[in-house]
Amino acid sequence: MKSLAELQAIRDRMKDKVILREGANQVRVVVGMATCGIAAGARPVLNAFVEAISAEGLTDKVTVSQTGCIGICQYEPVVEIYEPGKEKTTYVKMTAEKVAAVVEKHLKGGNVVTEFTVSNME
Amino acid sequence: MKELSLNILDIAENSVKAGATLTEISVLETEKTLTIIINDDGCGMPEEVVRAVTNPFYTTRTTREVGLGIPFLILGAEQTGGYVKIDSRVARAEGDAHGTRVTAHYNKDHIDFTPLGDVISTVTTLIQGHPDTDFLFTHETVGGSVSLDTRTLRSVLEGVPLSTPEVLTWIRESLAEQYNSI
Repeated sequence: MKSLAELQAIRDRMKDKVILREGANQVRVVVGMATCGIAAGARPVLNAFVEAISAEGLTDKVTVSQTGCIGICQYEPVVEIYEPGKEKTTYVKMTAEKVAAVVEKHLKGGNVVTEFTVSNME
Repeated sequence: MKELSLNILDIAENSVKAGATLTEISVLETEKTLTIIINDDGCGMPEEVVRAVTNPFYTTRTTREVGLGIPFLILGAEQTGGYVKIDSRVARAEGDAHGTRVTAHYNKDHIDFTPLGDVISTVTTLIQGHPDTDFLFTHETVGGSVSLDTRTLRSVLEGVPLSTPEVLTWIRESLAEQYNSI
């Protein structure tokens, strides 16, 4: 079994970083995790965001959180991205593959992937 | 739901929303049956609400008048000849015990049995979304058992959030290792 000593090592590495992170977080990725989202595949979408943001070293800049029903169940999995000073972006019918593109183009590149947004659906 | 682990995620979200400080998720497997128990110390539900939650047209959500969480759970269990049972109590006075226990029982041999699926992702997703509440996950099988208690991890982490990506990876790997050894 994985040892708690390993967890202690993670704790020691993260302790200073956590304080920095709490103050500096700017971008919020919010995944709808009500029954509608979960049934439509929100769990792998959420995990893809968590993993990609960590792998790309964006954890100081971006947080991932969960919310309940956003109200457009037919478009689940739905992901909202909030950036200070910008309009909210709503991505719909998300998949783990689409997450890779959103992380690369939107979170890293600063460009909304319009083909995945709700405005493209209506 | 394509996997029972998604039902678990969905029902456990209700526990968190009910203000639970500890949500216990147990999966008990015998050769022929599988039982899921989600037990929380949240606010509980009065009797009339317990009766109402099995109705798809009851929900606490405000965006839509349909709540399919419990109906989906019941469908999945009953289609295998199993059942769902909900026990709940609200505190009548300060200090009273309160909370909800949802039990879902399945016959694994039935053709309509839904596989448990990726239960590790369900556990990490719950912890990622609710790092300030505790979860006790146990899975007992004929071959051995798997468990994870966030209270133990929390005491080791000394304030580092359970939702830290490195911690979530540790949790995922720890559960995977335990599953590999049973």
